[in-house]
Formats: sequence, C-alpha cells, structure tokens
Amino acid sequence: MTAMSTRSEASPTRASGGLPSGDFIIDATALTKTYRMGTNEVHALRAVDLKVRAGEMIAVMGASGSGKSTLMNMLGCLDTPDSGSYLLDGVRVEGLSTNELADIRNQKLGFVFQGFNLLARTTAIDNVELPLLYDRTHRWSNPRATAIEALKKVGLGDRLDHVPSELSGGQQQRVAIARALVTSPRLLLADEPTGNLDSRTSVEIMALFQELNDEGITILLVTHEGDISRYAKRFIEMRDGRIIRDEDVDDRHIASVDLLTVDDPELAGTP
Amino acid sequence: MRTLLTMLGIVIGVGAVIIMVAIGQGARSSIEAQINTLGTNMLVITAGASTAGGVSQGAGTFNRLQIEDAAEKLQREATLITAVSPVISTRTQLIGGAGNWRTEINGVSTDYQVIRDWPLASGTFFTQDDQRALRKVVVLGSTVAEALYAGMDPIGERLQLRSVPFTVIGVLAAKGQTATGTDQDDVVLVPYTTARARLSGRSFIAQILASTASPADIPAAQEEMSAIMRESHKLGDADDDFTIRNQNELAEAATGTTEVMTWLLAAIASVSLLVGGIGIMNIMLVSVTERTREIGIRMAIGARGSDVMVQFLVESIVISLAGGLLGILVGIAGSALVGSLTGWSTETSPQAVLMAVGFSGAVGVFFGFYPARKAASLHPIQALRYE
Repeated sequence: MTAMSTRSEASPTRASGGLPSGDFIIDATALTKTYRMGTNEVHALRAVDLKVRAGEMIAVMGASGSGKSTLMNMLGCLDTPDSGSYLLDGVRVEGLSTNELADIRNQKLGFVFQGFNLLARTTAIDNVELPLLYDRTHRWSNPRATAIEALKKVGLGDRLDHVPSELSGGQQQRVAIARALVTSPRLLLADEPTGNLDSRTSVEIMALFQELNDEGITILLVTHEGDISRYAKRFIEMRDGRIIRDEDVDDRHIASVDLLTVDDPELAGTP
Repeated sequence: MRTLLTMLGIVIGVGAVIIMVAIGQGARSSIEAQINTLGTNMLVITAGASTAGGVSQGAGTFNRLQIEDAAEKLQREATLITAVSPVISTRTQLIGGAGNWRTEINGVSTDYQVIRDWPLASGTFFTQDDQRALRKVVVLGSTVAEALYAGMDPIGERLQLRSVPFTVIGVLAAKGQTATGTDQDDVVLVPYTTARARLSGRSFIAQILASTASPADIPAAQEEMSAIMRESHKLGDADDDFTIRNQNELAEAATGTTEVMTWLLAAIASVSLLVGGIGIMNIMLVSVTERTREIGIRMAIGARGSDVMVQFLVESIVISLAGGLLGILVGIAGSALVGSLTGWSTETSPQAVLMAVGFSGAVGVFFGFYPARKAASLHPIQALRYE
C-alpha cells in the first residue's frame, strides 16, 4: 500500500484536528525507511504498523540498530518515511512541507531526549518558554506564566533562573520534560530519557512520567533498560526494523511506590 | 572574545573609511575656504578670446573691457548685482617708509571691498568722494604694509607710486594665499579713477568683478550681465568677446580633484571593511557548526528553517553593527588624532558615518546570509545527532 492510495479518504479530516480514526493518537501503517550507506542499504524500518490510543504509555525496546530510534523520529515528525502512511492525531503527516512538520512538532508533540538537550547558558525558564515563542498560532497570551506553571509542575518552581550547568542531571531532565509539556502536546516522545541518570533519579523521572500519563498525556518512550519498560502500560520490542512483540505490561510497576523501596536516597548518589 | 576579535575587523574597516573620508573632506573644505577668500558670490568678467580668421588668439588678446562697462553701464542697468568694480592692474615700484617694494597696483571702485569681503585691519577704505575727486589715496595689503612700515602705523604716511605722492589711508586685513599659492596680501589698492588718470592712462581693464546678494542669484545675474555686455560691445550675432565665470566654477574645479581623492581613499579603506565582513562570515560558519546541536533542538521543538535563519542573521548583523558603532568612535578619535599629529585639517562628515553604519549592516546581512542559510537547511535529525 502506498501513501497515495490512502490520502484521498483521509484528507477531509486533516483540517478538523478531531479523532476520526477511533481515538488513535498514532495511526501508522506500513512505515518503511531505508538508509543508504554507500552501496549498502540499511532497512531501518520494514513496513511497521502501529496504533496508539490516547492515554497509553508505551515502552519501545530493542537492541541498537533495531530501528526503534528511526521509528521514534518518524513518529516525531523529525524524519519522513520512504513509504507508508502516518496519521498523527488525525493529521496526515506524509507529504507535509518542512515548515508544516515544524509546526506539528511545535503544537502536537513534546520531546524528551537522553542528553536533555537544553540550551546551555540559557535559564530554565527561558528554555521552557522557547517552544511557545516558536508557536505561530499565537494561542499563548502569556508564555512566561505558562512556562513557570510547567516548571512548577515538574517540581522546579524554585529553579527558574538556573542555567543547565547549575542543575543536576535529574533536574535538567525535569526542565526538558517541562519544555516538552509546556505546549500541552497530544503526544510525549521520550528517547532514552533515563539513559544518563542514576537508578534512583531514573525512577523519579518515571514517577513523573506516570503522573503525567495519569493526567491523560499519551507517552511513548524508547529505552533499552528492561526495568524502565515495566513502568509503561504497553511494551513493544523491535528487531531488524520490525515489531516482534507488542503486548500489555503484566507486572506494571508504580514508580512512586518503588521510590519508597529503591536504594536509600543517601546512598543513591543523587546530587 | 572570539566575537570581539571578529568585530575588530569591522571596527578597523569602518574606522578607516571614516578617517580617510575625514582627511579628504578636510582637504576639500580647506580649499573651499581658500576659494571663499576671493570674495562672496563673486562673478568675474575677463576679456574673452578673439578669433582672427578662424585662428584663436587666446583669452585676453583683444581686450575690449572698458571702464564704461563696469563703472557705468553695469552699475546702472544690472538689477541683480549689488556691487561691481573694475580692476585696472599694473605692477610698479613703491617708494616710502623703510624703502621700496615692487607690487601689484589695482585700481578698483569702492565696491571692491564688498565684493572681495575684505575687512580692514586699520584705517578706512576710500569713499565715493575720493573716487570722484581722483584723490591720491592708497589702501595697502598687509604684506606691503609689513614690508614698508614694519612695526609702525602706516596710516597717514606718504609714499610714491611712479613718482606720484599718495597718502596711506588704510591697511587691509591679511587674507593669506590663494589655492594656487599667490599671496593675496601683496597688493595696493587705489581708486580706479585715480589709477586711470595718474598711473595707467588706459581705459581697457583686466577684469570686472561683481557680486550678487545671494548665491541663488548668480546664474540669472550672469545672464543679465552677459546681455548688457553684448549690447555695450554691439556684438549682434558675433560670439562673446568676454568671459564671465562665477566663483562656484572656480571652486568646483579645485574641489573636484580632492573629491576624487576622497573616494579613492574611501575605496581603499572599504577593502578592509570587506575583509572584516569575510571575518564575520568565517566566525558565523564556525558558530553554525558548533551550535548544530542547538539548531537541532530548536527545530525539534518547532522552529522553522526561517526562524533559525533569522536567528543567525540577526546575530551577524548585531556583531557587524556593534563593530560599526565602535568603528565610528575609532574613526572620529582617529581622525582627530591624525589631524593633531599631521596638522592636516580633518572633518568627519555625517554622510561618511551614516554610510559606514549602513555598510556594516549590509556586511552583516551579506556575509551572514550564507551561514544562516546553511543553519536553516540542516536536517533536524542530523543536527540533533551531531556531536
């Protein structure tokens, strides 16, 4: 199936922004991506189908090279698939211009990265405010206040004017999460969000994710740590560009409970 | 620090342009000031070239300027000129005071002082009455006064011109040299009536000087004078046998050269501005590479290519404008320094300053554009993964 064949039936829904495809935030069909490295062809994604409903919390696992990062980039509108169709929150993504993709990232998506990716020498509040300043719909009448609210939500109401180098890793990741949340996105994408954090801080971050998910935000996180994936509701494993497992998490852990039993805070090495 | 060094290129470039233009403008206005010592709003009629059987005899060969032209006809009929004076010129020996002195004797009318805008250092100028009565009175140029009456007051002293005794009634203020280096103060003025009767006897004269009330009147006055002169000389269809030039023409000829020189200097200085601009481009390219990850972050959270581009363009414009402003300070200070070290007159012109600011802004846009576009065209994924 190609993108062309499905476009006509879905296009009337593009402008509405509603959820015509049965409440699916992500509705991806046969996503395919092939990279060419010289003469070699790397099949990063081979016809991946993925449907995600609002309110889900999904962990994507897989070895490096399994295609999970590529999938993440496709779903995050950072890269475009070679073929396949992708409806994000009812909007058909393939065929959009780079500017339209930028606007979708700004309005519908929030990103959290392994390396935090905050702007250096820029205060927490300015970092969080940034996505609001790139918004072209002018729906934020008071970006500053909205940013402060987001930082309070992640527990950093007292660190507004700190620059990243003055914050611990966990705090930096919280700033990054606040930045992802500040636009009230439909979908939060987290790429190895705990990869650079010690285990206790990781659990703290997962507690924050679970709290946000309970409030209704759909979260998709990529990780290679099995412990972390148990905090999600649904679990997907990838290998060689294909989804090989897709199941609910049976023994879901609640991070806020684990925090009581995990290493003593004094010994965990939190900054 | 690195930004400061980059800015330095623009600072030096803008400073150099301003200093060079200041030196050029200074040279130009000192020449203009010298031209202005000739008089204000002045028109000069000289005897024109005559043509004998198709062979030009050169200017002044057939001199038909007459006292009557200047003193009577122009004064009576020309409405736009406020002062007119013939100049009867002859060189002779003065005897008086400390000894003798050879100089130029100019027979002029009372209007001459007005036309040349030439104040007196002491004494009085001759009057209409002196002129009518052919009185033997002289007004000395300061060089002559210094030569014959050094250290004393020459007013009332007697001296001899071609064995005719004259009384000194005034001394002119010093005017200095002309643009071509002639000492304007090495002169003696007598009433033209006296000069004609006692010294020369000729009724043909070298020049007629006139002046108008304002510079705006000069072109019309020139035409009017021309018409009167043609009528007076009964020329009919023949070519003019005189030439009327105004002071602006003299000034333009003299300042034209310095103008060319000013722009030449500015052009050379602009090269350093160009080099400064290339420095900015270089630093911006480095900056784009260093901040690739930041660009990726911005794109991930929704910055369009144009947002990124504007960001980098603004940055390079800010750098070059800041450099430009600093350069203006350096330029103004530098031209004052050059002025005081070399004694040249320098003049910072507002146009040069404006031009320098505009130019540095343009440098920012021009040399910032390529790096900014490079930043804007980065792929978000590659930018994010960049180490």
